Formats: sequence, structure tokens, C-alpha cells
Amino acid sequence: MTSRRAVARRKVHARPPVVVIPLAAAAVAFLAIPFIALLQRAPWSDLRDLIGRPVVTDALRLSLTSAFSATGIALVLGIPLAWVLARTEFPGRPLARALVLLPMVLPPVVGGAALLFAFGRRGLFGGPIYDSTGFLLPFSIWGVIAASTFVAMPFLVITVESGLRASDPRYEDAAATLGASRWTIFRRITLPHATPSILAGAVLCWARALGEFGATVTFAGNLQGRTQTMPLAVFLALESDRDAAIALSLVLIAVSLAVLLPLRDRWLAV
Amino acid sequence: MLHAEVELKLGDLDLRFDLRADDGEIVALLGPNGAGKTTALRAVAGLQPLDGGRITLDGTILDDPAAGTFVPTAERPIGFVFQDYLLFPRLTALDNVAFGLRARGLSKAEARARAQGWLERFQLTTLATAKPRALSGGQAQRVALARALATDPRLLLLDEPLAALDATTRVTVRTELRRHLTTFDGARLLVTHDPIDAIVLADRLVIIEGGSVTQMGTPADVTARPASRYVAQLVGINLLHGTARGDRTVLLDSGATLTVADVLPGREVAVAVRPQAVALHRHQPEGSPRNTWEASVTDLEADRDRVRVTLAGPVALTAELTPAAVAELELAPGTPVWATVKAVDLTAYER
Repeated sequence: MTSRRAVARRKVHARPPVVVIPLAAAAVAFLAIPFIALLQRAPWSDLRDLIGRPVVTDALRLSLTSAFSATGIALVLGIPLAWVLARTEFPGRPLARALVLLPMVLPPVVGGAALLFAFGRRGLFGGPIYDSTGFLLPFSIWGVIAASTFVAMPFLVITVESGLRASDPRYEDAAATLGASRWTIFRRITLPHATPSILAGAVLCWARALGEFGATVTFAGNLQGRTQTMPLAVFLALESDRDAAIALSLVLIAVSLAVLLPLRDRWLAV
Repeated sequence: MLHAEVELKLGDLDLRFDLRADDGEIVALLGPNGAGKTTALRAVAGLQPLDGGRITLDGTILDDPAAGTFVPTAERPIGFVFQDYLLFPRLTALDNVAFGLRARGLSKAEARARAQGWLERFQLTTLATAKPRALSGGQAQRVALARALATDPRLLLLDEPLAALDATTRVTVRTELRRHLTTFDGARLLVTHDPIDAIVLADRLVIIEGGSVTQMGTPADVTARPASRYVAQLVGINLLHGTARGDRTVLLDSGATLTVADVLPGREVAVAVRPQAVALHRHQPEGSPRNTWEASVTDLEADRDRVRVTLAGPVALTAELTPAAVAELELAPGTPVWATVKAVDLTAYER
């Protein structure tokens, strides 16, 4: 009932207080000016040529692969974690929540270093794994994906957790009285009810993974075609080839807008 | 048959009572908000485990903490109609009804075919593809009832089945609900805070106050002989017996005739009248409403800020007035008065 009213309320046009308007305008200007400056410096005539270079295409491919992979892993692991945090009581719960938030507040470089100590060639887990299988996580695309997942999954977990907390658990009770097993309830009631928050969380997670820099450069390095994602390529190009850096930035902006714009109004207005 | 000995502590609530419901019987748990009625239903459904006591249904133990027995909700042969109905918002009416059948292992086609049959029984076939938000309160209630009954339960639990409805649809939905409830042959346990709902729907009332039962009995018993002042306030309702006639009038056993808003023709009926709905006058009221008769005051009883006035006459009932009104009318035992009740304030139902 309340949700139906909330939808109706959106149609009411509120008149904002006077101070709100200039402050909101200042916020928009602050966000818009850097992009205008970027567009103004863009080498429009050479753009097609710049975008076709292997540095750009390699980085774009790597960035998209790692961002989508990280989002996929975050969905598989993060939704169950969000459910556990939202619906159960256990002694270590505050600690688990703090752990989930840690990668969000920590500088990503620290996260990358921590990953290196855990999964590096001589790391806590990485050492034994390398010795027995020869598999090495850092300085490979797997390292890029691991670093992205590490910093981006918390966004999905906290979004889905709050979505689950907001949904009425009595629907799950209703399903139980109809004979549904716990798995059926999770699959047919809990997940569909949490869909808006799952989508919102996945978008935030994807966006965070796409922009990931610090943990990636620390843990996976900066090898073109293997671990050099778009942000790393932009950073490197700024030193050597400013036009290429701008071209890479424009591609990144275009990709981000293409994903965010269609979803914004439908799913992110939580 | 349900036998629930409930011992349960939840926050400030200390629930402790013994309750039986036979097959074919409709039992209403009636009490103020926070009395523990809903918690009692949840305990029977297994949504709230007991601290002590025991719940058995048809001889099978569902919950017995002392013996370590607890049958999970999904394995109890129970249908539950929740307050606000809780229809799954993303499923159609048909799939809501089919949900329990699917959960119990039927194929999608088989579950839908059976659900279709339930929709027919509840005159819902045209709404099969409707989503819950498109349903009216009465329709949603029928879907919820069909959903709860589709799994063929042995016990039906209803939590405030009429609370989500507005006053105008409430009367017709209540009559409809009563008809549907009588088609189910297991025990039915219903929770309500509205004494009229309880009296119309139930064979037996169980009054719960502060976690324990303060009175049980048939609606006629409880309304005629309320065990406490609280029960008197809660269910102090006039019940008049008579025969319905086709023209929306009821011939009372006492010989008087009442005009009601709507009634089932040619049947044995009872008419419930709230004492607050009875108006008293010293002279015959002008433009006189149809339900007007002469009576005499036999007793006056002050109850906090209200006065209950017992009347003798062609229609024997109790009126409830403010002390100011009693003073203005100069009422005393023996005072002759005119009593009136509007047709819309009379709730008639089949006995």
C-alpha cells in the first residue's frame, strides 16, 4: 500500500526553498565543467584514428571483461552474503559488516597490496597455490578481475542488504505456509522482491569495477594487452600522448553513459 | 481438530492459553491490539516457535518444546490468510493460487489447472491474469482464501481478514467470507479486533486480553453474559433473533419488525446492533425513521464516561449514551422513551 502511494507522490511538483536552487546549480556546474573542458580539448579530427589504436582497443576489451566478470562474481557471492547479513543473527555479524565496508573506505592501493600479500607468488595462499599448480593470480587478467571484485563487491552487498531489509519478510512467511522450501522461498520470493536493489547494486558494482585503478595497478600491474585497463591506459597516456588520453577518456565516458542512462530512472531511483 | 496449549514470551507479551477448535468449527480470537492474537496464529502456523506447551492437529504433534518436536511451517497442513492478504505482487492471481501446489511438487500445468478450478469456485476466472495491485480488496481477499485452501489444508487460519477493507465493502465481503468459510470442513481459527466481525463469522468466541483467555463461548453467550467489564465494553452488542422477509425487513421473535440495509431473504437471521447506534428521545421523533419504537428504561449503569441504558419494550436492547445525554433526557428506571436505530447500523446475518 505504501509503495503505491510513494509512486503517486512522485507526480506532485514541489516548489523548492529559494536557497536550494543556486546550490543545486552550483553542484551541476561543478560536475559539468570538467567534462566540458575535456570535450573542448578533444582532438575530434583524429578521434577515429586514435580510438582504433591497439592501446585503446586492448584496454577497452580488458576493462569490459574485468568489469563484467567482477560484477558476475560479486552477484554470485555477494547476494548470499547480503542475505546472511540482512536476515540472520550470528556473533560475528558486526565484524562481517565491517569487513564488507573496509574495501570501500580503504585506499585501493592498500587493497592491492593486501591482495599481493595474500595471493602473490610468495603470498599466504598464493605461495602454496603456485608451488603445487603453477597458477599465479597477479599480473594476469585474473589479477585484474580479483582486484576489481575486491573493491567493487561491497557496493553490491550493501545495496542488496538494504533492499532485503526494506522488503516485507511476511511474504516469505506466506510462502512457507504454502509449503515452499527455504530454497524455493529464496528463489521465487526473496530474489524477485530484491530485484531492484540487485540491479542497482550490480550497476554500482560494475561502475566501480570499470573505474578501478589503485588495487589493479598494485596487484595486477600495467601490462598492455594483459592487465592494462582503461584507467591505467589513460593515466599512462597523460604522460606521453595527451590526445590519446582524451580519446580514451571519451570512450570511457561513452561506455559509462550507455550503461547508466537506460537504467537510471528505472532502477537507480531507490 | 486443533489443540493449542501455548506458552510464549515475546518482548512485553506473555502468551499463555489453551485453545481447541473442532473440525467444522469457526473460532474467533477477539481482543484489543497487542493482546497476542496474531502471535497465537503465528505459533500455530510454526512461524513463531513455542517456549512451552504443545500444539497438536488431528493427533499429530506440531510443536512440543519439552519433547523437542517442531514441524516446520512448510510441512504443516495449514492454510493462512494474512492481514493485507500478502498476495505475491509479481505473480498473477492464477499463479498466486498455484504457488502452493507448485511448492508441493505439482507440474506447472497441473498446478495451474487446479488453481483455475479454485478461481472458478471463488468467481475469479476473469481475473486469472490480473496482478494483485489491480484487484479490489474483496477480490484480493478471495484470491488469498483460494490460495490458502488450494493446498488442501486441515486447518485454516485467518488474521484480521476484513481489516484491510473500507467500511462500505466490508459488509458485503463479510457476508461472502462467511459463505466461503462454511464450505471448508476443517477447523477455522480467525483473529479480529472487531466484535461484529467475530459475532457474524464465528461459532465460538475466545476473548484474549493481555496474553490470556478471559472468556470463551458462543456469540450469544458472550454477548449476553460478558464475564468482565472489559468484555462487556468489547462485545456489549445487542443480538436480536428473527426471520428475514424478502422486503429487507426482519420479523423479530418478539413480534417487532426491523428494517435492515440488506438481508438474505426467508431465513433464520440474527441482527447485531451496537449500543452506541441506539438513539433515545423523550417524544416521538419527527420524520420518524423506520426503526422507531416505544420502550421504557429498566436500568442505568455508568461505565467510565458512558452510561449503558437497558430498555424493555417490543425490542429489548441496551443503548449507550453520554452522561450529558442521560441528564438532558432525565432518564431514570421507568422513564418512557422512543428508541430509534438507522437501518445501516443493523448487521443482519444468517444464523
